[in-house]
Amino acid sequence: MRGWIEKQRYILDFTLSSLLRRKVKNFGLLVLYALIVFILASMMFFTYSIKKEASLLLKDSPEIIVQKLMAGRHELFPLRHIETIKNIRGVAAVEPRLWGYYFDTHAGANYTLLVPPAGGKIGKPASKTAVVETDPHDRAAEHAGQPLFRFNDVALEPGTLIVGQGMARARHTDMGDFMPFRAFDGNILSFRIAAILSSESELVSSDLILLTEGDFRKLFGIDNDYVTDVAVSVNNPREIATVTAKISRLLPDSRPIIRDEILRTYDSIFNWRGGMMIVIFSAAVLAFVIFAWDKASGLSAGERREIGILKAVGWETSDVIQMKFWEGAAISLTAFFSGVILAYIHVFFTGSLIFEPALKGWSNLYPHFELTPFVSLEQLTTLFFLTVIPYTVATIVPIWRAATIDPDTAMRHSGE
Amino acid sequence: MRKSTLFFYSLAAEIILLGMLLVHASLSASQPKWEETANLVKTLGLTDLCLFTEARYTRHLSQADLNTPFQDHPLSLEHFPSGSFTLPPEGITKDHERLD
Repeated sequence: MRGWIEKQRYILDFTLSSLLRRKVKNFGLLVLYALIVFILASMMFFTYSIKKEASLLLKDSPEIIVQKLMAGRHELFPLRHIETIKNIRGVAAVEPRLWGYYFDTHAGANYTLLVPPAGGKIGKPASKTAVVETDPHDRAAEHAGQPLFRFNDVALEPGTLIVGQGMARARHTDMGDFMPFRAFDGNILSFRIAAILSSESELVSSDLILLTEGDFRKLFGIDNDYVTDVAVSVNNPREIATVTAKISRLLPDSRPIIRDEILRTYDSIFNWRGGMMIVIFSAAVLAFVIFAWDKASGLSAGERREIGILKAVGWETSDVIQMKFWEGAAISLTAFFSGVILAYIHVFFTGSLIFEPALKGWSNLYPHFELTPFVSLEQLTTLFFLTVIPYTVATIVPIWRAATIDPDTAMRHSGE
Repeated sequence: MRKSTLFFYSLAAEIILLGMLLVHASLSASQPKWEETANLVKTLGLTDLCLFTEARYTRHLSQADLNTPFQDHPLSLEHFPSGSFTLPPEGITKDHERLD
């Protein structure tokens, strides 16, 4: 066994010297190979982590959202329909929601304006007490408390806003600043920024503006009888499909969206079949095919002569094949590990610096967020089998053909 | 030093570094920092990630109209870059439950 290991080490020594003789070519190959692994691994880490993060963050999103449709488009939901939904057996609560968009011409950005459910409380209270949420089904508590929302012990009152970090960045505003909005009737409404949502929550709140119901209705001119949509919660999660079917039957012009659909929407985001993903994926695969083709289509005259000399001095076919195996393994393993390490640093330490410009697109409010690294052995194994194995095999096949020919014929080729 | 020894040292260094990164990944995943965000989602009843704010159907992918990406008329082809990262919401292309 020891003898075998020594032999392999000598072959590896020789292989590395041979690779170093063609430094520029092999170093270029190594960099290019590592770059392909880096792109594929970055894509894999980013998409897997964002999907996983979405599923964890959105697992408590509303069980059923009911929208009203008119002429195929989302319409305001009449409050009178809430009673119809409440009467369905199994429905625990129906929460009206008021939200919409506002295009800010100064920043060129779209904000999401949302009226928080009354009595909600989030953030880290200054008093260091535990975060207490009010039960949305507890109507008594809702009325007992003030109709306001608290963030970090800052109350959301009429005339004030709680804004997301992205919005604050886009408008260079801070707490205490006033922000003007052009209302539906052309009047200018000015709101004071009471608080800014934490940067940790940017992934869901970058463009968010929270305001009171009165201010929202004043800004958009929405009648008191209408809301944007309603969130329905059910007593038994297994009854969601039944309740949804009943809502569709009772309100044919409505469109229920269940939580499972929301989660599956984010499971299909950045799917490899999606436009940009397939472009990156096919470019990487194509580059790899060129590599493999270059290797499999034959050897250079120099390499052929080298094999001829080795065979003439007593190397056996199996030794030559082992040498080429080590050559493939040395290049592909180094490229694989370097590519994966760089991809990890790129995605989880630099916030996907290279992908960011493409992901930002036209949006001015792209959130600053750090993804939680979710890396599985399965991902690494897939990547290994996609990159290292094909390359090593592609290196060995032409060598086997060359190593079996007569050394005299191999050496007669001149030039490189 | 022999070249093979140097090669194995460098390979071992890369494997150790990758191992450390995997430990970092598992430690980060076991100390979730998304609790505050998940709390915000629950309290405000949020439905979507704020990834693409260009249009309403990219900002709220799960709440998009059924007729997107043909937002305004049949020849209004998808033109936002974010459209190339996303597929149509699941519910639009197939039913997972019969609702009638």
